[in-house]
Amino acid sequence: MINQSYRLTSPRVIKAELIDEKLKPNDIIVRPKYLSICAADMRYYTGNRDKNALKKKLPMALIHEAVGQVIYDPKGKIQKGTKVVLIPNTPIEKDEIVKENYLRSSSFKSSGIDGFMQSVVCIDRNRVIPYENIEERTAVLLELMSVGMNAIDKFEKISHKRRDVIGLWGDGNVGYALAVLLKKIYPDSKLIVFGAIKEKLDYFSFADETYLVSDDVSDIKIDHAFECVGGRYSEDAINQIIDLINPEGTISLMGVSENHVPINTRMILEKGLTLVGNSRSGYEDFKKCVDLLENNKKVARTMSKIISDEVVVHTIQDMKNAFDKDSNNAFKTIMKWEI
Amino acid sequence: MIYAEILAAGAGARMGNTELPKQFMKLGSKPIIIHTIEQFLLNDRIDKILVCTSQDWTSYMEDLLKKYIKDSSNVIVIEGGATRDETVMCGCKYIKENFGIHKNDIIITHDAVRPFITQRIIDDNIAGLKEADAVDTCIPTTDTIIEVYHDGSGYIKTIPNRKFLFNGQTPQSFKLDVLMKLHNELSENEKNTLTDACKIFVLKDQKVKVVMGETFNIKITTMFDLELANAILLERGNK
Repeated sequence: MINQSYRLTSPRVIKAELIDEKLKPNDIIVRPKYLSICAADMRYYTGNRDKNALKKKLPMALIHEAVGQVIYDPKGKIQKGTKVVLIPNTPIEKDEIVKENYLRSSSFKSSGIDGFMQSVVCIDRNRVIPYENIEERTAVLLELMSVGMNAIDKFEKISHKRRDVIGLWGDGNVGYALAVLLKKIYPDSKLIVFGAIKEKLDYFSFADETYLVSDDVSDIKIDHAFECVGGRYSEDAINQIIDLINPEGTISLMGVSENHVPINTRMILEKGLTLVGNSRSGYEDFKKCVDLLENNKKVARTMSKIISDEVVVHTIQDMKNAFDKDSNNAFKTIMKWEI
Repeated sequence: MIYAEILAAGAGARMGNTELPKQFMKLGSKPIIIHTIEQFLLNDRIDKILVCTSQDWTSYMEDLLKKYIKDSSNVIVIEGGATRDETVMCGCKYIKENFGIHKNDIIITHDAVRPFITQRIIDDNIAGLKEADAVDTCIPTTDTIIEVYHDGSGYIKTIPNRKFLFNGQTPQSFKLDVLMKLHNELSENEKNTLTDACKIFVLKDQKVKVVMGETFNIKITTMFDLELANAILLERGNK
């Protein structure tokens, strides 16, 4: 079968490449319906990665957040039209200790291999999860939520049980999705969100308190913290957390930075803090999020508030318009994929 | 019902010294026509696919289906006609005799030798039939088109504004009942002028909706086209 993969060949240049697809024994074919742009995609699109990474990974189809409908199952087990969320992490082995998204042998869509910007996607049947009662334009946010769920899963395993106050740094997409999940999973904890932009913080209506990082917050004490800032402000965020967190607290790191980040290790030692790395997600995280959205319309509604723009995509120019919009809007740009 | 009709009755005379009609030649891992049929099989709105070949090649086509398509129960191989117009009407006649013609039936006719058709183009053809009884797939022309005098003198008569010129591709899609009715009303002279089925509607002053094709939705007519098609078709590899 011939497929079209809409690949980024160099920054801001997208080209349709024609692929002679050969299905692997366990593959099904899914037609994407909604795709969502992530900051990682934007870094590729705008060329905001180091030259070696771009040279190594491009050309490549972007996007690792997608939902679609099954159009062909060679084994005839999954019905045509079944709505599914696509899982971008692709493990090739199982490990009883290391989670699939941390296995160095796993590949990840839109990071070296083609993402979901394709006419159809040939994907292993075990890398999709069916859903029914979620709007497609909200379901496309499941990957983002699953990243939060992965961090909470780790936090639950390693942090101490005093969780009276949880601090969350970051007023972007990851911060928002994680805040929604934290409030749902730890309803008795006080959730305080720290951000840089007031207009974005205003969206966190469900949080108990919100502060600008520039406010005087020196009196606030938190038991545990999640960092969803990344980039050049990672340093400020992590050091502020170290200042405000109570001894033996856990700091869950989620923000990606291209550069090394200097942090106050003296105080980490003195307070006996635990810093935990978190990245991406796996099947189980997706499954928990699907179950949550299927059974909780309020959470689905809250999540859908961060869709800033929806672009119907018929052409490559539409794709470029979507990426350009994402540069300028507050939260998520989703693409209604009609190509 | 939505029918796809794959037009594959051509003998490939323009292809040069080849053993097979062009639609049966290999593109990547499969014959061109198999790639084309697969796109229609993937579209869950298509109910039946008619493949029209010349009489000599019907059994060959059936062999290809057995070899390459796992479930070809919705694919029917029929004999086409001597011209494109006749072949299109062979499909219509087959539908009439075997399934009957119903008010909202749609037929999507497509060149077997355009294997790079996309799901979007198929969907747009179906959607276009909500606005008109006929749909043509076209792309804006990038060349300047000139019209010469019809007397063979070899001089330019006019250079039309390129903004309003398009290159026709396929699919061409129709409300089946309207197509058959209008075709019946054509005179023999009119039939002789038909180069494609949309012209039936143009001759009868009926609206034809234009939907966008793709530059890569090329027609593989010559050996050069086939070389080009093989060059742009990539293996997935480790991507």
